[in-house]
Amino acid sequence: MALKIVKGSIDRMFDKNLQDLVRGIRNHKEDEAKYISTCIDEIKQELKQDNIAVKANAVCKLTYLQMLGYDVSWAAFNIVEVMSSSKFTYKRIGYLAASQCFHESTDVIMLTTNQIRKDLSSPNQYDTGVALTGLSCFVTPDLARDLANDIMTLMSHTKPYIRKKAVLIMYKVFLKYPESLRPAFPRLKEKLEDPDPGVQSAAVNVICELARRNPKNYLSLAPLFFKLMTSSTNNWVLIKIIKLFGALTPLEPRLGKKLIEPLTNLIHSTSAMSLLYECVNTVIAVLISLSSGMPNHSASIQLCVQKLRILIEDSDQNLKYLGLLAMSKILKTHPKSVQSHKDLILQCLDDKDESIRLRALDLLYGMVSKKNLMEIVKKLMLHVDKAEGTTYRDELLTKIIDICSQSNYQYITNFEWYISILVELTRLEGTRHGHLIASQMLDVAIRVKAIRVFAVAQMATLLDNAHLMTGNVQRKGICEVLYAAAWICGEFSEHLENPTQTLEAMLRPKVATLPGHIQAVYVQNAAKLFATVLKSQEGNTDSTAAQETSQLMIERLPLFVQSANLEVQERASCILQLVKYIQKLQQKDVEVAEEVIALFDGELNPVAPKAQKKVPVPEGLDLDAWINEPPSESESEDDQPKAIFAKEETKHSRTRHTEVDEKELAKRREVRKQEQANNPFYIKASPSSQKVYQEAPGVEHIPVVQIDLSVPLKVPGLPMSDQYVKLEEERRQKERVEKKKKDKKKRKEKGGGRRKKRDSGPESEEDITPAHMVDIVTEEMPENALPSDDDDKDPNDPHKALDIDLDKPLADSEKLPVRSHRAAEALKSPAEDGEAEAAASLEPKKKSSKEKREKKKDKEKDRKSKDDKKKKKHRRVEKGEDLLGGQADGPVAQSEETSEAAAPPAANTAEVSDLDFWLSNAPVPPNTQEAATLAEAAPAHETASGTAPDSEPDDEPKDTEPEETDKKSSKHKKKKQKKEKEDKEKKKKKKHHHHHHHSDGGGEESVQNGTMEEEEPLPPMSNYCLLAESSYIKMENDIQGNLQDGSQVVVSVIFENKCDSFLKSMEFNVLDSLNSKLQRPEGSGPHDGLTVPFQLPPGVSNEARFVFTVQSIVMPQKLKGTLTFIVKNEDSSTHEKLDFKLHFTCSSYLITTPCYSDAFAKLLESGDLKCSSVRLEGVSQPFHHLLARICFHHHFSVVERVDSCASMYSRSIQGHHVCLLVKTSGQTVSIDAKCDEPTLLGNVLDEIKQTFSQC
Amino acid sequence: MIKAILIFNNHGKPRLIRFYQYFTEDMQQQIIRETFHLVSKRDDNVCNFLEGGSLIGGSDYKLIYRHYATLYFVFCVDSSESELGILDLIQVFVETLDKCFENVCELDLIFHMDKVHYILQEVVMGGMVLETNMNEIVAQVEVQNRLEKSEVLNCLFCHVNSSPINREATKPAVPDQHRLRPL
Repeated sequence: MALKIVKGSIDRMFDKNLQDLVRGIRNHKEDEAKYISTCIDEIKQELKQDNIAVKANAVCKLTYLQMLGYDVSWAAFNIVEVMSSSKFTYKRIGYLAASQCFHESTDVIMLTTNQIRKDLSSPNQYDTGVALTGLSCFVTPDLARDLANDIMTLMSHTKPYIRKKAVLIMYKVFLKYPESLRPAFPRLKEKLEDPDPGVQSAAVNVICELARRNPKNYLSLAPLFFKLMTSSTNNWVLIKIIKLFGALTPLEPRLGKKLIEPLTNLIHSTSAMSLLYECVNTVIAVLISLSSGMPNHSASIQLCVQKLRILIEDSDQNLKYLGLLAMSKILKTHPKSVQSHKDLILQCLDDKDESIRLRALDLLYGMVSKKNLMEIVKKLMLHVDKAEGTTYRDELLTKIIDICSQSNYQYITNFEWYISILVELTRLEGTRHGHLIASQMLDVAIRVKAIRVFAVAQMATLLDNAHLMTGNVQRKGICEVLYAAAWICGEFSEHLENPTQTLEAMLRPKVATLPGHIQAVYVQNAAKLFATVLKSQEGNTDSTAAQETSQLMIERLPLFVQSANLEVQERASCILQLVKYIQKLQQKDVEVAEEVIALFDGELNPVAPKAQKKVPVPEGLDLDAWINEPPSESESEDDQPKAIFAKEETKHSRTRHTEVDEKELAKRREVRKQEQANNPFYIKASPSSQKVYQEAPGVEHIPVVQIDLSVPLKVPGLPMSDQYVKLEEERRQKERVEKKKKDKKKRKEKGGGRRKKRDSGPESEEDITPAHMVDIVTEEMPENALPSDDDDKDPNDPHKALDIDLDKPLADSEKLPVRSHRAAEALKSPAEDGEAEAAASLEPKKKSSKEKREKKKDKEKDRKSKDDKKKKKHRRVEKGEDLLGGQADGPVAQSEETSEAAAPPAANTAEVSDLDFWLSNAPVPPNTQEAATLAEAAPAHETASGTAPDSEPDDEPKDTEPEETDKKSSKHKKKKQKKEKEDKEKKKKKKHHHHHHHSDGGGEESVQNGTMEEEEPLPPMSNYCLLAESSYIKMENDIQGNLQDGSQVVVSVIFENKCDSFLKSMEFNVLDSLNSKLQRPEGSGPHDGLTVPFQLPPGVSNEARFVFTVQSIVMPQKLKGTLTFIVKNEDSSTHEKLDFKLHFTCSSYLITTPCYSDAFAKLLESGDLKCSSVRLEGVSQPFHHLLARICFHHHFSVVERVDSCASMYSRSIQGHHVCLLVKTSGQTVSIDAKCDEPTLLGNVLDEIKQTFSQC
Repeated sequence: MIKAILIFNNHGKPRLIRFYQYFTEDMQQQIIRETFHLVSKRDDNVCNFLEGGSLIGGSDYKLIYRHYATLYFVFCVDSSESELGILDLIQVFVETLDKCFENVCELDLIFHMDKVHYILQEVVMGGMVLETNMNEIVAQVEVQNRLEKSEVLNCLFCHVNSSPINREATKPAVPDQHRLRPL
């Protein structure tokens, strides 16, 4: 038995591994499928074994087979088993397989939640990494909800490797669980300034991705990104940021102005093509946003176009392609600057690379004007003839039509020319776009009334030559054109020169080979033609002609009656009977023409494609109301009917967004009318386009230009459009001459008045008048239709859910769900714990409510405007509170609600004004440093508005906070004194040292100084340094970290009254930065100042403390602030203010902590610390003195001192260890330092250097 | 965002596929076939961007590819990625493979698809670029490989020694020095 097992385990070693599988497949080329199916059987056996190594091997092989297209979802459970192995090797295999084949509907995913949570918190960073990578591929809404908090915690992991992965995956979490965006956003933003470039780049990546979809919510981050852009050297980050700015500038033109200069600098300086290209792109976006009335940016446009030309002329096809791509963006707003490069672009049409040819075609689309349209299309027609391969030719064809039909045929001055182009295009062989040409023909013929005569003539020729096309009967083939031709000839038959001939052409036996739907049109329109012919013939005295026509119909129609196509047959037999009846009447000499014509009377008007959607719901009709009572409860158990109702509701609700208030509606209608009135192509003075139908203006009212008879209209198969180019030139020439004459006349009359500018010079765009006074009939819209913008948005777009206002302060209900039993939440107060537990126990309920919500979503999908969503969220808040039951009583809940409702607008305006402040600083300060500090200062406020960066609720009543921190700091003070004493005892001899600054104000330092003086006559040192001074008041400050709270520092400020007046109502205010914020009492806005709790009589000084929260302590920071106060004399009082800059040094984040030498040694050995060193030259003070200064100013303690060498230690408020080894020889002092945070260390060393350079 | 990464050879045989959006296996194979069809008919001296991979994403998406010897590396990306940036990224990825496999060739990818995946995971995560610094990528891959190696070694020993049944069985048969071998 035992031997068997051993044998089994040895066998296992000879199981097929991945390499064997691959080799096997390669050796069985001819019966691969069979071989693989045996392999899958083996794998199934392996998966049944208990040994995890065997399972992992099997799963690994499955991953390979999945790549070959085999469905391996049957092994999903085994994959989960392998994922949960404790060995990294197997775990990795499991997660890889999961990421390749799990998706949202894989049901075993539910089982993974706890395993993934365990892996995320694994002590091994690579376990965490693998879990994050895997999760990023198969995260579901449920996983996202359950793990959001764990992932958020990982965003502050000590290892940058984990941090960057956690940051990246948050994007996926946001997509699946949009509620997590707001709670997580502050921390994400914080990561933009992470010391690790990888993390920073990940954060930039995520925010860019978010901002791309909903840019307006991220506008407030612009200053921060601006700072990053001017400071970062990582091209990847730069590219992302620059791309992001491209998305932001359309929303805020002032941002663009700020960007132009740094971007142009980058364009000039960078050597990286990718960066250069993105810069150009964004400059273009900026220019587009500024396009109205900013002539002074022509230099930038020129620069862009110039650079792009270089790209396009480059031999590298990639650059050529991108150059053309970017060029097409400039084109939209600055067509003139691009049009000068027409030669280059036409040249690209000949490129061997299809991608480039297509791009060039795109450019042509935007480059046309009234002036050059004919010329460009002529070139394209040449390319059509030359083009090899039908795909490219078809592409050319669609492009020609696009170019001509763009913006309502704006550039076409001569529709006869266009019709001839269309006719020429019908001669293309093997094109798939017959229907496109057909629809153009129809569109033009219907909408341009003046062209109908010409169009009908051309169509008649086409019908006559139909045999040329009928060879190609495939669907969508060119014969589609006949559909249009037949319809036009029928509908506008009154314009036909020879209707009998056309009628005859339409009834040829060959027609029966055409596709059914075309035959149907033929039959129907033959009837129309018949009516016209009858009318013209009945006018004649000879009635036989009319009877002959009827006879022709009766002879030919039976061909169609036999058609296999139902519609053709039906129409043909109807019409046949009709004609037979007419014939009978004719034989009785009854005049029937009028009545027959009445069958087809009336004008057909085009209807806008969106018209149906925009029909407003009539008053009093409630589409949501049940037509029949809903089925009773018992019936609704089976899901089928429910689903149907749900669907129907979505359809109906579409129209509901038209229920905007009546005024707005009227306003918009007015605007639209105005617009139409200004558009020469719209029929004016028709109050509603619907009425056009009744009024039927009649053809005789339309001014029709005489067709120049020199055009050989009737010769089919000859390129005619070319002649139009010449004709058009002549016409324009004539026009110009005439105009000049007129002008001269006018000038004579008016004595050379206003029209001077037109008399000479090149012909401008406006001068070209269309050859026809063309009416383009408006597409019809329902009476009250709304121009709504959200038509094109896809309601299923996941990014829509992420359109969330990020500046609004967090509501309590928005905290991420946290598992109550998790150890990490130990900091929580018991009450909160209870709440969390309650929340956790509510989870299943929530789920069901979520289902309900989803249903609701379905209903509301289409009108899910932002407001709606807000409301919904609100409702959810209420619901949550209801569910909490007894915990929240009525009034409390209500007040919370109102406060929440009231807060957003305030915060919003604050944020907007901040941005305004930053933006109003244009033009760009040449000193980027300055810009950076500005940028730092500006964006802070919106986060200051109360969003706690961590998920742990900070529910301490804020009013009591100052007291508490006071207590803390006093405790801390005592400790510090002790330490200080210890230090002093170690260092026996101390000398006095002069210090540049001395403070007599109370506070801890004076006490400290006192204690020192007892032992050593050391000069009174003080950390209080001058903050600001005016003739009224002097401010000095000291900054101390708070050991109890890793994110708090206390700033003690001494206010000294220097004048003879009474100072009162002092208000201390600081412009928060992203990283550091003044703690303000609850309820006050991010801009509110703090009242200093005392008044100053003349000559008196007093100290006040302010608590700041800092997030990252690795960098020093400066905050701008203002003190406002009232100076009160006996006779007057004035309002004064004093600006200051608070400097948070890194040393102020350090806390003197004693450390024993063995612990110190261990710390150094651990190898987690990064090394750095600094040398100080010319230090003349004695060594112990130097140590004392480091101890005092930088909060270190001496661990050990041996002669001229000492080791020192300190800890930051966030627990970073900082170790120093200070050595001196002569006047040189070298400091070797180690710290687990290199940035922090670097800054501390700089500050030490600074201290010694000052003396 | 990167929507998919495909590596296939000159004959269209997939060597690695990585979709960041769910497609059924059949759809995946069809996408590979169509992509191969689009890419393979292009000369080496034309541009590396392709539009109209209609199967994968809409007009917002582009195929960006590079052709190395017998392999095509194709990235399908949307407009938030920089075209030239992705070309650089492909280069970084291939150079990383070259470092990790020491003169990488198609055979390495054929027989070590899993390893290629692990390397790719350090470059792109969930469709977003994770790391572009080659040294950092190689370092992380190597640390994980070492971790795997040590586990495999451990496992081999455990297999022989830790199972009680095994030990009983091997006791009489295996000489002393085997048991004493340090774990």
